[in-house]
Amino acid sequence: MSLFNVFDIAGSGMSAQTVRLNTTASNISNADTVSSSVDQTYRARHPVFATTMHEQMGQAVAGVEVKGVVESSAPLKQQYNPDHPMSDENGYVYYPNVNVIEEMANMMSASRSYETNVQIINTSKQLMTQTLQLGGN
Amino acid sequence: MAISLDGVFGLHEQAVKLRSKRTETIAANIANADTPGYKARDFDFQQALADARGDNASLSQMKVTQPGHMTTSDHGGVAFEMMYSTPLQPSIDGNTVDLHREKAKFTENSMQHQASLTFLDKKLQGLVKVIRGE
Repeated sequence: MSLFNVFDIAGSGMSAQTVRLNTTASNISNADTVSSSVDQTYRARHPVFATTMHEQMGQAVAGVEVKGVVESSAPLKQQYNPDHPMSDENGYVYYPNVNVIEEMANMMSASRSYETNVQIINTSKQLMTQTLQLGGN
Repeated sequence: MAISLDGVFGLHEQAVKLRSKRTETIAANIANADTPGYKARDFDFQQALADARGDNASLSQMKVTQPGHMTTSDHGGVAFEMMYSTPLQPSIDGNTVDLHREKAKFTENSMQHQASLTFLDKKLQGLVKVIRGE
């Protein structure tokens, strides 16, 4: 029955959005993590979404999956601050390339998408319950 | 008077099948609302229902007479053509899902699904009444 597939599809959407929320949380919490070298500095992470097409009982089901998490290649913020305990020999500290405002917008978008998937599961559940109770009472 | 049980449910039997298929299609669109390059899909419900009931000789009556002929995809006993929706405002990453439009379609589809289920429910209740002779 097709309605069972809806749970898989919306569920895959929910798990993908959860990964997105996780990376956003990680980015925001590390937004001010300074370091004394370019290599050690935290870089903003973002998930890459892709459509999954798998056969289920002879029918194509299109869900979503996280292909991977990529690190942003945007330049790091470099600040001259010789008094900072983390500064390197030239007196520079390095800040992550996280744009907090962008991350906030990303978080809102992810939570709205998650909500939408929850609504879909709820509606499908109601429809299925109603189908099971056909002709009853 | 004989009651034909085949005809009791009318078009609602096929309608419910197609409605749940459409729910699945729209759910896939919404789940992929943020996937780059995903193309939103849907199908013409009215056409699919007409084909499922054999009202017009198009999809359901299409026959394969040569090995190279294309067949319409079978979706659990009902045949219809999947189509790609035309985006009002395509996004730069190639995704054509319009989340608001999809949500509206989903709500409309579930209301219609519910209507069909209510019709089926009432028909069954009617039959039960007849059998019990109340």
